[in-house]
Amino acid sequence: MSSNIVLKRGLNIPIKGAADRKVLRKVEPGLVAVNPTVFKGLVPRLLVREGDPVAAGSPVLMDKDRPGILLTSPVSGTVKEIVRGEKRRLLAVLIESDGKGTAVDFGACNPAALSREEAAALLLKSGLWGGIISRPYGVVADPEAAPKAIFISAFSTAPLAPDTEFTLGDDAEAVQAGVRLLSRLTDGGVHLCLNAATYSASPFHKIEGAIVHTVSGPHPAGNVGVQISHISPIRRGETVWTVPVQIVAAMGRLVLSGKLSLMRKIALTGPAAEEPAYIEALPGTPVADLVKPEGNVRIIDGDVLSGTILGADGFTGLFTDQITLIREGREKEYFGWAKPFRPKLFSSSPCYFSWLTPRKKYDMDTNLHGGPRAFVETKCFSDVTPMDIFPIYLIKACLAGEIEKMEKFGIYEVLPEDLALCDYVDPSKNDIQAIIASGIDLMIKEMA
Amino acid sequence: MAEENNTPRPGLFEKGGKLGWLHSTVDAFETFLRVPGTVTRKGAHIRDAVDLKRVMIIVVIALVPAALFGMWNTGYQTSTLYGLGWGFWMCFWKGFLRVLPLYIVSYIVGLGIEFASSQIRDEEVNEGYLVTGMLIPLIVPVDVPLWMLALAVAFAVIFGKEVFGGTGMNIWNPALLARAFLFFSYPSKMSGSEVWIHAPKGVDAVSGATPLALASEGGVSALSGDASLWHLFLGDIPGSVGETSAIAILLGAVILIWTGVASWKIMVSSVAGALLVGWLGCLGGATDVPAYYQLVLGGFLFGTVFMATDPVTSAQTECGKWIYGFLVGALAVTVRLFNPGYAEGMMLAILLMNTFAPLIDHCVVSASISRREKRIRTA
Repeated sequence: MSSNIVLKRGLNIPIKGAADRKVLRKVEPGLVAVNPTVFKGLVPRLLVREGDPVAAGSPVLMDKDRPGILLTSPVSGTVKEIVRGEKRRLLAVLIESDGKGTAVDFGACNPAALSREEAAALLLKSGLWGGIISRPYGVVADPEAAPKAIFISAFSTAPLAPDTEFTLGDDAEAVQAGVRLLSRLTDGGVHLCLNAATYSASPFHKIEGAIVHTVSGPHPAGNVGVQISHISPIRRGETVWTVPVQIVAAMGRLVLSGKLSLMRKIALTGPAAEEPAYIEALPGTPVADLVKPEGNVRIIDGDVLSGTILGADGFTGLFTDQITLIREGREKEYFGWAKPFRPKLFSSSPCYFSWLTPRKKYDMDTNLHGGPRAFVETKCFSDVTPMDIFPIYLIKACLAGEIEKMEKFGIYEVLPEDLALCDYVDPSKNDIQAIIASGIDLMIKEMA
Repeated sequence: MAEENNTPRPGLFEKGGKLGWLHSTVDAFETFLRVPGTVTRKGAHIRDAVDLKRVMIIVVIALVPAALFGMWNTGYQTSTLYGLGWGFWMCFWKGFLRVLPLYIVSYIVGLGIEFASSQIRDEEVNEGYLVTGMLIPLIVPVDVPLWMLALAVAFAVIFGKEVFGGTGMNIWNPALLARAFLFFSYPSKMSGSEVWIHAPKGVDAVSGATPLALASEGGVSALSGDASLWHLFLGDIPGSVGETSAIAILLGAVILIWTGVASWKIMVSSVAGALLVGWLGCLGGATDVPAYYQLVLGGFLFGTVFMATDPVTSAQTECGKWIYGFLVGALAVTVRLFNPGYAEGMMLAILLMNTFAPLIDHCVVSASISRREKRIRTA
């Protein structure tokens, strides 16, 4: 049932700072954080105290509502500090690594021989269950639920996204084992989406036990949400799970070696990155160990479209495979909008002349390039959303908080990241992703 | 504008400052001169260079050929009708002097209200009026009294736009609303055959009917000589200031379509609608004017290119745009053919379709939703 999906709508943003295919260095773990804030729908409860010894794979936090879901330590060492924010919200558990590399042994096994319960139990106690994202709404998957299918996008089209063929090229065996493990969790099968352009050379194209699809087109063709909507759109009441390919590899390493091993290549990208390339590090590594940018630079966990802002004292999370650095654009520009040419800026709109230089890469910054306005030009939204929905109607339904309309216009099929390009292209400078996120929060509240 | 961290007291024009009540106005001038240093906070960290100011200025640029031609034509019509023998530049200069006051009144009244209401709503001033203010002088007879124009602009901006919440929220095209206001309140200054050509001082106005009116009365045989197809296309004919020249309007259309600011679908389907009804009218004996004449007569082309395509008041869905445009063209020509009282139907056709655009969109979206549900059910 494999298929080739050709997408036409979308936009590749020509931003400078793609990572070279080389590993600069490996960050030896010192202080490592277990970071619960990156898991949507998870309320963390502490399982350790300051001073407790932990091994790689021992539980540190669990979900309050679904106690089976554990978050585990990526290193061995001692719990150094429990960081809380406003209203005592748990932000991170800091673990001082002892460098010994002691790890909990979960037992190497043949994933194909496991039952559904065994497979789920292994993922739950190893702390990798949190890497399974459930749609609609993009929350941590419910271990009791029966998903329609599991989707994995083996590539990303986001701006400056890491090249999975480089980061996981040597790990194809682990990805294979991870796919086999995941296929135990659903009767609907595991769908693996590959980049049509590099399909034949991809280290993943021989993977068995998954339904392989090839996808071509500009961003967001690599977004798993867009792929799902073309393969098997989500109906009301249905659930599908998605797992980032990075986590699939970690699941594979878990069943192959019996140990939790989260070391990965993180792409250091962006126009403000001094030497864009890869760094090997654990999730939970302090930002300061990865980058030390000078000047007024924004550090983003993820890509420039839907990543989150990390402070200079922040920590990466389980999903981090890219750090993007861009300048804060606080300069004012005289007669900016009235100048016939603004060669330093990119615009996807023919109102400017970027189309004359299709190969140019731009040094982009965080300037909004205008002020917030009411929606005027709305065709641009559907031009960058290759899904069978009317983005502007979905956005307006979210703004109005109308559950029934949000359902009809496809709220089950999208996460904010799938409409991230609408943020980018909107001449009225609305925060579309924030609007969609508030709509999703409302759905969670009302449908609970 | 002060930096965030080092302002213990609000500045003179900031909220809480002495002249804080002027802050929308000051911000408007500030952002007009310099793109603000605001950075993204939520969502995508980078944004496209295009903003509404750029989109609006493109429309203004697209209107320039029609405006310049309109100025020349204003002088040229006076010179021809009254036998003054002005040269090219003299025609342009005299026309410029006639049209300039219309622009001054349009912008002062319109922007004044826009600034005031932004201040009341405590928002940034919208740039929508840049286009509306450019359009209004082009769709009125050159001799319209300035106080009437001021009244019409005030009506259009206040009741057409601000009561709905400003640019982006309005139902009807504000420029056309101004014209409709003039048309129904002061018909003697907006129609007939004496209003289209400016009469020099001390001379009695002479009749100078528009070719559209001629065709309405005399059929295709009236369209000869100075009103032949070539002149209709070129635009050296009597009419509203900017609507006469097909060439100048098409130049603007090229700019709008290339930049994607206006929908080519609306333009194409409007032309198709006009041709179809024009052809049926010929066939049924309602007129003997061939259908293609409808495209260059009166305000059809100007309305199709600049007014029907307004992204706020037209249909929003791509399929809806085809329907909307087609009905605009079809209705405009229907009014022309079957309304004995008034020769032009474009204004009313667009305003009527503005009213129905949300309904068209609703039908398109509902159809799409049920199709989608069917697809998902079978998937």
